[in-house]
Amino acid sequence: MCRACAARAASRDLRHRSQRQPAPSAAVSRREDVILCILARNRQGDVVKLSSRAYQSLRSGIGTLGAGLAVAAVVGVTLVGCAAPGASGTRISTGGGTGTPPLPVLRREDMLWLERVTFGLNSAGVAEYRRLGRERFLDAQLRADGQALPPAVAAEIAALGVAHADPQRDLAAVNAQYKTLNALADGPDKEQARKTLNEQGNNLAYEAVRRDVLRAVYSPAQLQEQMVWFWLNHFSVFQHKERLRWLVGDYEERAIRPHVFGRFKDLVMATLEHPAMLQYLDNVQNTAGHINENYARELMELHTLGVNGGYSQQDVQNLARVLTGAGVNAGDAPHLKPEWQRLYLRRGAFEFNPARHDFGPKALLGHPITGRGFDEVDAAVTLIVRQPACARFISRQLATYFVADTPPPVLIERMAQTFLHTDGDIAAVLRTMFLAKEFQAALGGKFKDPMRFVVSSVRFAYDGRTINNTRPIINWLNGLGEGSYNHQTPDGYPLTEVNWASSGQMSRRFEIARAIGAGNAGLFDPEDGTAATATGFPQLSNRLYFEAVEPTLAARTRDALTRANSQQEWNTFLLSSPEFGYE
Amino acid sequence: MNKQRRRLLRLGLTAGLAGMAGAAGLAGRLYAAPAGGPRFLLVFLRGGYDSTNLLVPHASSFYYESRPTIAIAKPDPASNTGALALDGDWALAPAVRETVGALYAQRQAAFIPFAGTDDVSRSHFETQDSIEMGQGSAGVHDYRSGFLGRLSETLTGTDAGNGAIAFTDALPLAFEGALTVPNLSLKNVGKPSFDERQAKILRDMYAGHHLEAAVSSGLELRHDVALKMADEMTAANRNAINTKGFELEADRMGRLMRDKYRIGFVDVGGWDTHVGEGAAQGALAGNLASLGKGLQAFSQSLGAEWHDTVVVVVSEFGRTFRENGSHGTDHGHGTVYWVLGGSINGGRIVGAQQRVTQATLFQDRDFPVLNDYRAVLGGLFRSMWGLSPAQSAHVFPNAPVDLKLV
Repeated sequence: MCRACAARAASRDLRHRSQRQPAPSAAVSRREDVILCILARNRQGDVVKLSSRAYQSLRSGIGTLGAGLAVAAVVGVTLVGCAAPGASGTRISTGGGTGTPPLPVLRREDMLWLERVTFGLNSAGVAEYRRLGRERFLDAQLRADGQALPPAVAAEIAALGVAHADPQRDLAAVNAQYKTLNALADGPDKEQARKTLNEQGNNLAYEAVRRDVLRAVYSPAQLQEQMVWFWLNHFSVFQHKERLRWLVGDYEERAIRPHVFGRFKDLVMATLEHPAMLQYLDNVQNTAGHINENYARELMELHTLGVNGGYSQQDVQNLARVLTGAGVNAGDAPHLKPEWQRLYLRRGAFEFNPARHDFGPKALLGHPITGRGFDEVDAAVTLIVRQPACARFISRQLATYFVADTPPPVLIERMAQTFLHTDGDIAAVLRTMFLAKEFQAALGGKFKDPMRFVVSSVRFAYDGRTINNTRPIINWLNGLGEGSYNHQTPDGYPLTEVNWASSGQMSRRFEIARAIGAGNAGLFDPEDGTAATATGFPQLSNRLYFEAVEPTLAARTRDALTRANSQQEWNTFLLSSPEFGYE
Repeated sequence: MNKQRRRLLRLGLTAGLAGMAGAAGLAGRLYAAPAGGPRFLLVFLRGGYDSTNLLVPHASSFYYESRPTIAIAKPDPASNTGALALDGDWALAPAVRETVGALYAQRQAAFIPFAGTDDVSRSHFETQDSIEMGQGSAGVHDYRSGFLGRLSETLTGTDAGNGAIAFTDALPLAFEGALTVPNLSLKNVGKPSFDERQAKILRDMYAGHHLEAAVSSGLELRHDVALKMADEMTAANRNAINTKGFELEADRMGRLMRDKYRIGFVDVGGWDTHVGEGAAQGALAGNLASLGKGLQAFSQSLGAEWHDTVVVVVSEFGRTFRENGSHGTDHGHGTVYWVLGGSINGGRIVGAQQRVTQATLFQDRDFPVLNDYRAVLGGLFRSMWGLSPAQSAHVFPNAPVDLKLV
């Protein structure tokens, strides 16, 4: 019996926690490192300690809920306690006999704030917030330094092929393989070669998604992971176009990740120079005399200024001309006239080829741009990102993702001012947003998109314990229609509730809640096919629940939880509840 | 017969409006729609099917010259298994002879060659998306608005507007828009995850919440589907136990649309035949046979409602007229749409046509598009639901063309 639990429980109104709390799960009870605390309440409502005999009976009746309830009935109590599963017991102190004084309980608004800034609550995040307080916690998140992944997860990622991706080398190799393939005569050999190559691409893209998921669930740098998701979605690319399956991992790693809190212009330039973006939006085909406007249009419409951001069709055409010659080359440099050689640029598989560039004079957004090569691109992007329309558009997108489906205009304006004054310092804009009273006022009202729903469920259910298999998570995300690198059109996934709360989505969401709540969902079956490392189901009525979730529950949700017939059902209803579905 | 049926199809809108006046407040809720009223199913063949080996231009020597290894032999009047001559110019692939061919003979099927879109990117994704969005081809697109979504919006308050469903895992772009359209793939219909008690608890948890309607209709749809499909294995009147794949899926779709839904969408993949597509037999023929069986099963499971139903089969583009070096075909342009229904004015090859020669190919490569899909579908929707010009314009920017199919 842990004193901290008892004290905390006793200090609260227990009326709403008097549901038939089921026995701890078999999986939990078998583990020696579990910190198990059983609180009980007698008919008068006092918290009591179960007799050791009753407790032993409970343990022996584990797995059979009826037996546990029967024991509870015999001793005249209702179980109300918590059982923290697995590694959560070893990762954090629950105060269970450790002798450390209980830390102050966080207010509900702190919990909601923390939930929004992260991909969902876990014990480590709560502990860190307690240690640092809100502003220091935020600043640590915005720095994203010294927040290492758990070693097991870091090792898993390091072992992935995608961790060693190199666009130039990989593109050259895959281009050569396709060349060999196309030279083969039709027949089984050709089909086999095609299949092998397809599997290679699929596997690399899958590994990139797997790395995404592992980091989203386990990285202590939670805001960084949310921002990687946000910018990947903002500068969305689709894995099934051209050779993108070989490129998306590197795109995330080198174009997006280093710049998520940096200067917006650097982020735009990093995506602009990445082969994934150049292939995806067809700039590889954009050459002098054969203009392809695709990227130029989206660069202003989707990436910087927004659809009504004050540019004209003429600006689109002129920006396209500015972008001519920016392309991809994984092979040898072209033979160029001497006067073009000094203008030729090559960074990895990115190439600026002056022979394909339109050197004529252009005007963009009312400013003249003299033809001089890739410097034009830098000048054009600088001009674009310094437009007030860009500051507002980016601020609105950030606020739509983090604050509310319709963010308060006054907040957008304040963020936009920060953006303009700091020349697009993303961290500064985020700080303005997260510390705003408008942000505080909007807490609890943002519907979790599939990524946030699935990741927060796994974080909550397994609380730091390392899963072995990310495939179920990726399947859930794909099933809910928000798989990474899977959005065909360049606009990225929508950021608002209306797109994710359809009837089909809601019922599927409940089924995922059931998969997580009622079993291990295959999360502990290693991807190499070796034996599962755990069975059973998670225990969601844990300390984190009582601290962070329970106080937010509406009467209807409490009522639903009391009607659960088993821990599995209870878990399912909790993850399905409106309170868990919003943050 | 057809004239009378057309009138019935048109009257469906009025009857639906009157019947649904009281239920307009239940936006998003499912309900048992009254019998009758037009039904529409869009079947999207993703991958660009080779329409030239479905509707064979058997009078064109250029066809046989262009496809030395994958052409389908000319119809033979003595054969019951070869290509089925539909008229002096066109013949139907033997793979669908018994299914769609039989419907054609009953004037319940028609084909629109030279159909498609003005998008000439020949990109699967771009063309699929632009078709599903169904907006003007130039300028800015609204990626959150599909033409079936806009059709549903136009029909809001009628059983058609409220009875839309996508038989797919994710809501297709075609159905995006202001309304919440339910989606559920019927490929694998397991038991529902929740029994009635659990479903009630979940519903109760959302009572009074603004997601209440979405939650109950989502749970109800799963429950209904499970219930409806429970008798599948024991159905006495059909050879249900032997059906599989798309045939089984389509049979389930038919039963749901018979009882409840008015506008449906399903997609079928596997049509991107760059390599070894085969001729009378082979990969494409196998896919076509499965599709034909499915459409036949769909027509049968609708029962009497088949006479109020129109099915249109589309694909993002046709393929190259000539076979490529791998006994397959590459991405092309114009394609052939299928129109099926119990009371359509079928048994015809419909729409603008031209002779099939090398000179009439588009860019010396593939079929031109003479029948824009927006005009064709717009005309069909206008006839089916009696849409006003403003309503038509909300669905498609193009002026509708009436091909007198209903």
